[in-house]
Amino acid sequence: MTDPHASFWQIEVAVRPGLPDPEGEGAQFELRELGADVRTARAYRGYFIDGALTRAQAERAANLLLADPISESARIRNTNDKPFVIDPDARRIDIIRKPGVMDPVAASVSLALEALNIQSAHVATFRCFEIVTSCGAEALRAAATKTLANETIELLTIDRSNPPLPFDPAARAFKRLTISIRALEGAALDKLSADMCLSLTRLEMEAVRDHYRSLDREPSDAELETIAQTWSEHCKHKTLRGPCDYIENGAAPRRIDSILGETIVKATETVRKDWCLSVFVDNAGVIAFDERHAVCFKVETHNHPSAIEPYGGAGTGIGGVIRDVVGTGVGARPIASTDIFCVGPADLTEEKLPRGTLHPSRVLRGVISGVRDYGNRMGIPTINGGVFVDNGYISNPLVFCGTVGLMPREAVRKEVKPGDLIIMIGGRTGRDGIHGATFSSVELHEESQTVSATAVQIGDPITEKKATEAILRARDEKLLRSLTDCGAGGLSSAIGELAEDTGAEVFLERVPLKYAGLRYDEIWISEAQERMVAAVAPEHAERLLQICREEQAEATILGTFTNTKRLLLKYQNEVVGDLDLHFLHKGVPRVVRQAVYNSPAESDPAPPRDSELGSLLLQILSSPNVASKEWIVRRYDHEVQGTSVIKPFVGVRRDGPSDGAVIAPVYGSPRGVALGNGLNPRYGQLDPAALAESSIDEAMRNIVAIGGDPDRTAILDNYCWGNCNKPDRLGGLVRASEAARDLAIAYETPFISGKDSLNNEYRVGGESIPIPPTFLVSAISIVEDVSRCMTMDFKEAGNAIVIVGPTRDELGGSHLHLVRNVGFGKSAPRVDASLGRAALRGVARALREGLARACHDLSEGGLAVAVAEMAFAGDIGAVLDLHNIPLAMGTDARVDLKLFSESNSRFLLEVPKANLEKLRAALIGVPHAAIGETTGGRELKISDGRKEIFNIPIDELRKYYKSGFPAMTARVPGGVL
Amino acid sequence: MTVRAILMRAPGTNCDRELVYAFERCGARVELLTLQQLLESSDPFGGAAIVGFPGGFSYGDDVASGKIFAIEMQKSATGAPLAEKLTKFIDRGGLAIGVCNGFQVLVKSGILPGYAPDASGIQHVTLTNNRSGRFEERWVAMRGVACRAEFVPAGELLEMPSAHGEGQFMARDEATLQKLVDDRLVALRYVTKDGREPAAYPDNPNGSVLGIAGICDLRGRVLGLMPHPERNVEFWHHPQWTRRPERDDGTGFRIIKNLVDQARKGN
Repeated sequence: MTDPHASFWQIEVAVRPGLPDPEGEGAQFELRELGADVRTARAYRGYFIDGALTRAQAERAANLLLADPISESARIRNTNDKPFVIDPDARRIDIIRKPGVMDPVAASVSLALEALNIQSAHVATFRCFEIVTSCGAEALRAAATKTLANETIELLTIDRSNPPLPFDPAARAFKRLTISIRALEGAALDKLSADMCLSLTRLEMEAVRDHYRSLDREPSDAELETIAQTWSEHCKHKTLRGPCDYIENGAAPRRIDSILGETIVKATETVRKDWCLSVFVDNAGVIAFDERHAVCFKVETHNHPSAIEPYGGAGTGIGGVIRDVVGTGVGARPIASTDIFCVGPADLTEEKLPRGTLHPSRVLRGVISGVRDYGNRMGIPTINGGVFVDNGYISNPLVFCGTVGLMPREAVRKEVKPGDLIIMIGGRTGRDGIHGATFSSVELHEESQTVSATAVQIGDPITEKKATEAILRARDEKLLRSLTDCGAGGLSSAIGELAEDTGAEVFLERVPLKYAGLRYDEIWISEAQERMVAAVAPEHAERLLQICREEQAEATILGTFTNTKRLLLKYQNEVVGDLDLHFLHKGVPRVVRQAVYNSPAESDPAPPRDSELGSLLLQILSSPNVASKEWIVRRYDHEVQGTSVIKPFVGVRRDGPSDGAVIAPVYGSPRGVALGNGLNPRYGQLDPAALAESSIDEAMRNIVAIGGDPDRTAILDNYCWGNCNKPDRLGGLVRASEAARDLAIAYETPFISGKDSLNNEYRVGGESIPIPPTFLVSAISIVEDVSRCMTMDFKEAGNAIVIVGPTRDELGGSHLHLVRNVGFGKSAPRVDASLGRAALRGVARALREGLARACHDLSEGGLAVAVAEMAFAGDIGAVLDLHNIPLAMGTDARVDLKLFSESNSRFLLEVPKANLEKLRAALIGVPHAAIGETTGGRELKISDGRKEIFNIPIDELRKYYKSGFPAMTARVPGGVL
Repeated sequence: MTVRAILMRAPGTNCDRELVYAFERCGARVELLTLQQLLESSDPFGGAAIVGFPGGFSYGDDVASGKIFAIEMQKSATGAPLAEKLTKFIDRGGLAIGVCNGFQVLVKSGILPGYAPDASGIQHVTLTNNRSGRFEERWVAMRGVACRAEFVPAGELLEMPSAHGEGQFMARDEATLQKLVDDRLVALRYVTKDGREPAAYPDNPNGSVLGIAGICDLRGRVLGLMPHPERNVEFWHHPQWTRRPERDDGTGFRIIKNLVDQARKGN
């Protein structure tokens, strides 16, 4: 809306009186939770449409479109008329988007109004609550801003008769800007970098200055911004791809030329699998699926935006990784998503919450809703994920979003040819995601509201869906020569990368805008969501545009790829940038960083008494990392696309946690894709090598336990770390990376893609504290025949329970220590590579031969948690004798250790007794033992030799397992979905 | 005879390809077309025996689920509005099915249950926010009701996933509800896992009145249902398949197959 003084029709829709109002009930609940005395709350959806329309037209819009004729009613007023009459005891809360914040519903309303022959140039939506409360306006505002609105992107007003009208952000005039850099030295270069928010180091600024000295001219602002985007840590991964000198536990320094190159990438080069079709080069890693298809997989992080605005941050995070997959090769169809959140405790008391930090429960609620709304609307099943809770994530929550794509094998290759057209498909461009980086400090002050509003984005999944469908049809008609997504750096990165080997000429005034008045440099670096860029041979352009029309996706020819090796930017016939692509991509100077690792001192706490072990099991079952996340999973559509084979929850009552997920993505084919993940931040506090190895082994165990093939499994790495300019942070990262390399080589499991998010630190007093070193491993595997897949629930009474793999004294970082609140202890679980390899292959063989009826991997909480979950999932009791558990050499035969050690490479199998002989053959070389059996009873009974340790009803185990998030599930009937 | 089916998708439709597969699995020839393509066609449903509306989030569920799709069908790029052409297609003996968002489109456009528009508008029933106030996905059980649509397997227990945020079936008033029952338009009702009625939450996932999960139209040729039959086609779709020896097709597939068989009989 352009004119803030114009009048509008204000239409407000609520459920009819007498019908339930779930949204109002939700607001009431959440406000009460914050201590506000709220008697009733009534929710309205609000719409503004043009005041120039007649009342009759506004009424038609309300009755035919905006309000449901059966369940809802609407009220209408012109904003020049008297306010709505409301309950005299009620206070009114209006929540309106700030200028420039995405309003996807408005676009749909405009479209529908047009179909009803009601021409409204402007449409905007808002939310409203009428609250009967004894609270004063300020107390109500304090509570409402904590739950109903996010003031980063929304305005919240109380008791205003006219809600504030939304209007477009201010326009800026076109002015070509040249920046003087050639004469600058030292601190003046730092100042320029800081003033323009380029985030370039002194060394890098000198390289830029020298480049322009050699050209004998000054750069344009767009050129500098392009260089800064391209050289950013986010795009170039300077730390992980750069060199360092590494000192481990006081040994002589070692020069590592490229951390990733000598660890993660090295592993992939060493194991050389011909089924790896594309690794580390495209937007996602690609492996062969069958003769005709390939699958690609990418996991991204979206941490900082999720900390400020969890809903928008998580939504745009998943939107971004989906575009990575769509933009792999010349297009892949997204077929599955996985989401992992690391957050602070949901029941954190307010006084422990640092200032300026959103409460963890709000972060968790927001990211769940963000993933739900984006993933569900895109029609991608969210089949796997996790939540990890630790105090270290209170100020820096982590959001990992992963997506798998399916593509024909011939679509993996992409190559731009000079003469190809540059075609942008998808969303319009606004000031989204321009973090004030390009504004001078004076402008920043004027624009501060807009800046904060546009730094955080709200996704528009339907725009992405339209672009995806158009691209996949174009791919199938072979219209695309190359393709990529607009991510960080927007068009500057997308076109800059596609043009790397050719050159490009771009006409920036052609870019479709959300609102008028963006400057050329804003257009060029805007990170507006839902945009893809394709290289298309001129003869195919018309057909592509036709497909886009049929899909209602916007497509625009922005320019041409050239053979000049230059990036030429024009705006209204003026050259606003002319960059040498070689300098842009290869000109960044390399810096040698320092990395130091020293093992921390460790000490073992006193072991618990045997009599405590039963209640400790219940405590672990109800601790958030282990407890049921069914209340989250049910909010995600995990079966859309009709491919689901192994679901997140299995068993008699569908409440047993699967180790991983399996889908069969090609209709009519029995071939499947299995996903698993490993994440153990607690181990990293003791030893980053244990962290890396355990993550890999856990992801591989997940895959094997559900019927995946360890010989056809690829993995992805995601590092979330502290500030790696500090030697101790980088030292831990190097130690983790080298351990990951060695185990991946031993397992013959290639890494195919990865991502890093560094600089995750927060301040306590004067000190900067890093998040716990976090290394997520995501595994993808090919399943030959999904009808041989496996689940973790006990199936029948009278079968043997077999433990595979030796147990060690590895309680370091365990959940036993966590619930006892005794620190991290000592000896985090490591992996014996040759034994681990044999265990994975042995169990996979046993499952392939059909020897087992259930299989579960041992992870957090060790044997005790695994057997408890198998029992309540199958609604079948079990008896176990710990006496015969295979222990590694030198391991104490302590009961707490046997029950709760989190040693890697272990599984629990349910095996019909007739199969035990054959199982022995499958598991040759792997320590294993039958340690109990499934019973017809309803208890889990565990003894050690003749001594009974505990005997707990399986209903009790289930009850504790389902009670891990009381703060989050209080609104859910019965506590758990 | 090969049965031809047209499946219609709009921006945000996302359960289309699995529905295509379910139809093809029982021998139908399927064309998956965009709303835009059908709007531009003078004879959009010519030669088809079945028109299908798959699930998803058409237009993002903006304003209300299915609403904007329904209004877009009032457009007429060529001749009569698309909705009118669809009604004619059904009058001529064509069959139609709407799943989840497709059901919502059929209800919001008045094609289901197909009572004549009156002073209060075209809708006599609606599908609105779940009683729980949120999107939920879980398997549900339904009982087929003896209704005007012969292809609904009356008396059978059918299991399939329910996945929606706006599936609460509601009639304008008691009289309308009674009329639906009397007219034999209630096609599917939520039941407990072991097949009993009434089903409480979560067996009735959304609070629908009388546990209504699906209805048909007065001619018995159009079926709309909230749960997803196309997600229970293969035996391994079932959440407990690893516990059971059965390798039969999923019960969701029965609905699609019956529909195609009905079309094959020439209706």
